[in-house]
Amino acid sequence: MTVYNIYIFDKAGTLLYYEEWNRLKQSGMTRGRGGKTNSFVSKISPTDTKEGFLCYKTSKYTLHFLETPSGLKFVINTDVHSQGVRELLQQIYNQVYVEYVVKNPLCNLSQPIQSELFKSNLDSYIKQSPIFLSKAL
Amino acid sequence: MSRSTTRFDTKKVNSELVTLTYGALVAQIIKDLENTDDVSKQLERLGYNMGIRLIEDFLAKTGTGRCLDLKDTADKIQTAFRMYLGVQPNVANWSAAGDEFSFVLDSNPLTDLVELPEDLKGLKYCNIICGVIRGALEMVQLDVQSWIVQDQLKRGSKH
Repeated sequence: MTVYNIYIFDKAGTLLYYEEWNRLKQSGMTRGRGGKTNSFVSKISPTDTKEGFLCYKTSKYTLHFLETPSGLKFVINTDVHSQGVRELLQQIYNQVYVEYVVKNPLCNLSQPIQSELFKSNLDSYIKQSPIFLSKAL
Repeated sequence: MSRSTTRFDTKKVNSELVTLTYGALVAQIIKDLENTDDVSKQLERLGYNMGIRLIEDFLAKTGTGRCLDLKDTADKIQTAFRMYLGVQPNVANWSAAGDEFSFVLDSNPLTDLVELPEDLKGLKYCNIICGVIRGALEMVQLDVQSWIVQDQLKRGSKH
């Protein structure tokens, strides 16, 4: 199991943050698509998508998408076997984004996130999650 | 909603500290701007900027979803009052169309030690709360207007 990369978009669809851990072979394929993922997935989804969480799976990776009521979008790509990514995304929002970006008065909420504090906290948060294991697998 | 109300992060701040800090802030703004209307406006803007950020904290802590209607919204703002000010307002004065309502605060920590002098009777001392509500709701795609109907400092206590 592993985490490939994460994208954070604001409600206008601007990319606020991108970070990658293990490079996916076709990396770059999802870049810039985040804003459209929502409508794309809700269109192909056979079930109700009201909960604000969506995911789709390909043979190579799984894309998980979380949208908060305030319109922030979190997208994370993992391998196909990862479980509980929804909780991980929710916690990233609760414990990393809100704590280190929203409560940091120097961070402009509609600008790409520059904060080193956020960066290092997100990094350690992802790395200590059970979903993240080194590429050895 | 029910699930979330029990597990709030309850960091406590001395309410007197809040009262005094807010009082000092208002006093400073009054010093800086001469017109009381400008002061009220400034307080509202201050609240608005707080609301924009506070909403994310609220959403994260409560895990709440979108509001179904304005009653739901009123309910959630009530929860927010409890979380951030430690008071429970009553929701009252619903308009016939159901698109307007008031919060009645029986006690307001912001005004605990406050007395408005005669020459500042026009000041909306708690306008910051209106701003917070407006800012927070704007972030969840709800455009609202929020104003003080009655003020305890001028007798009566409605928002």
